[in-house]
Amino acid sequence: MQLALFLIFGVLAVAGAINLLLQRHPINSALSLVVVMMSLAVLYWSLGAEFLAAAQVIVYSGAIMVLFVFVIMLLNAGEEEHTTGSRIAYVAGFPGAAAIFCLLSFVFLSERKAMGGTDLGGYLSHSANNIAEISRLLFRDLLLPFEVTSILILVAILGAVVLARKEQ
Amino acid sequence: MSPNVLALLPEYILVLAGVLIMLAEPCLPAAASRKPLGWIAILGTALAGLASWYQLQFGTLHAFYGTIQVDAFSIFFHLLIAAVVLVTLLGSLDYFEGHATHAGEYFALTLFGATGMMFMTSSVELLMVFVGLEISSISTYIMAGFRKGQATASESSLKYFLLGSFATAFFLYGIALAFGATGSTNIYAIAHGLETTATPHLAFLALAMLIIGLGFKVSAAPFHVWTPDVYQGAPAPVVGLMSTAPKAAAFAVLLRITFSGFPAMQHRWAILMWVLAALSMTVGNLGALLQRDVKRMLAYSSIAHAGYLLVAFTAFPQDGIAAACFYTATYAAMNVGAFAVITQVSGYDETARSQEDFTGLASRRPMLAALLAFFLLSLIGIPFTGGFFGKFYVFSAAVAAGHVWLAVIGLLNSGVACFYYLRLLAAVYAKPTAESAALTSIPARRVSVPAAVGLTLAAIATLVLGILPGNTLWLTQYAGTSTIIESARQHCAPHPDNCHVELQMEQR
Repeated sequence: MQLALFLIFGVLAVAGAINLLLQRHPINSALSLVVVMMSLAVLYWSLGAEFLAAAQVIVYSGAIMVLFVFVIMLLNAGEEEHTTGSRIAYVAGFPGAAAIFCLLSFVFLSERKAMGGTDLGGYLSHSANNIAEISRLLFRDLLLPFEVTSILILVAILGAVVLARKEQ
Repeated sequence: MSPNVLALLPEYILVLAGVLIMLAEPCLPAAASRKPLGWIAILGTALAGLASWYQLQFGTLHAFYGTIQVDAFSIFFHLLIAAVVLVTLLGSLDYFEGHATHAGEYFALTLFGATGMMFMTSSVELLMVFVGLEISSISTYIMAGFRKGQATASESSLKYFLLGSFATAFFLYGIALAFGATGSTNIYAIAHGLETTATPHLAFLALAMLIIGLGFKVSAAPFHVWTPDVYQGAPAPVVGLMSTAPKAAAFAVLLRITFSGFPAMQHRWAILMWVLAALSMTVGNLGALLQRDVKRMLAYSSIAHAGYLLVAFTAFPQDGIAAACFYTATYAAMNVGAFAVITQVSGYDETARSQEDFTGLASRRPMLAALLAFFLLSLIGIPFTGGFFGKFYVFSAAVAAGHVWLAVIGLLNSGVACFYYLRLLAAVYAKPTAESAALTSIPARRVSVPAAVGLTLAAIATLVLGILPGNTLWLTQYAGTSTIIESARQHCAPHPDNCHVELQMEQR
């Protein structure tokens, strides 16, 4: 059952990601991104990280993707045109992506034994539950990065004001 | 004072000043000058620098559950970043006068960017480094596109943003793989985990990804393609800032990751660094030969200088860290100075761009021309300038570790570099020709007092680093030693009884 879920949603995630790249209309790309996010949520859940799965659905598929779609609708973005620049991207991009894929699969396959496996549907930690683990990390060990992220968001807001405001 | 307050004092001051500027900006009338905000920024930066200096007496501080480590190494880079930001702010205080475009936001973004860079240098937790890197990168992406009307500015900002995000993705993936291989994202825990890891290939791939991500940020070849276009389109004071301070911070992170995080793999990553250094020096210098645009030329020269700096990574840890720190300081002083001169010469619209436009500068603006000449001579590495000692220490550290050929490549490259720096210098001191009309068409603005102070500071720093490098050298060696000692301390922390490491340099 778990294996079947993993296979189905793994394939769905990869297919969604490829579709995202191939689609010419931004709305179609955004909707394939929703598919990717949802499949990832199922994969997290099947690994026993149920809190992460719920957060993924609520934050990414819910909040962020809705924003994406809104922005695309507001901008009224039409179909992309393929220029010479993006053909260069095909020539350089696909071999590069293939090379990284091969390198990663080589490393993961050659270290397969050492890394061991995990039971699908197992628990992240056998002693504590998911939420306790994550909150200990987020509000104790990694408290500072968590707090400093607010400066990051502040900088992004400032940037939006600077770059998007109409000049008088 | 709680260590959580004490260790992050400079960052707190910068963030407070930045927020203060943001709150004050809307209170000023729309037509009023934004200079008071600039003065708040300058005051904040100076205070942050002083706070870093104050931290030096406390030795090594830890805060926030081992996320932050303030030691001589981080304090050195804090001081460097504060100085660069100070000179940039002084030089660009009146840059936006008459072009009322978001000068207040410019000052706030500079301070927030500096905060991010300081977080990068004082953090020993890769996730914290990542957040700092993003803060500094995003604020520089925005500042690159500040002259909104111009096509090159938008191109510069967008290109920097896209390629920078790409690099960040590599960095983040590197962190994830490091976590996979060693079970932690803390630099010392990674070093500890590497000794027992069952997956050395995965760990090395993690390091390679981290190096690629940071290689983009410091514009080392072959990850340099964005540099010339971005530097050409961004405003000159912003280029002066982003070619020095974020690079210094990225090099600090690279030093921490390689020497403290992956010391067990030095024989492997030293080869990577060798190749990157040789490539960056050669590509940078040969590329600069072909450029006629002064900012593009300096962009290629910054690639070459990143290469010289990477040479230091092939040396032994203690020498290498000290030499790299010293080189970062000299490079920052002379490069920020050169761009401050260009800011003053070409003004907001930058009509003077190419070498022809700079022909005959000496007869019109003798002081600025003399300063530019001094900074260019330092970039070549003439004795009695900071550039000479910087190169000297880097190459002698590499030779001491047995990398003679790399030093030879570096010296050959310095010879090539002479040619294009001297070509610009000759043009500056030549008679004005008919082609140099661009220079005469610009009304010669008077150099304001703050800008003159900023230029003087950069020039004095370059000169002092060349004549009396002793104090800085001592601080860099202290930084190198304290890094090594702290690594050893963390290493033997599980067995405190056998732990007899002490920092001898503190007594001086």
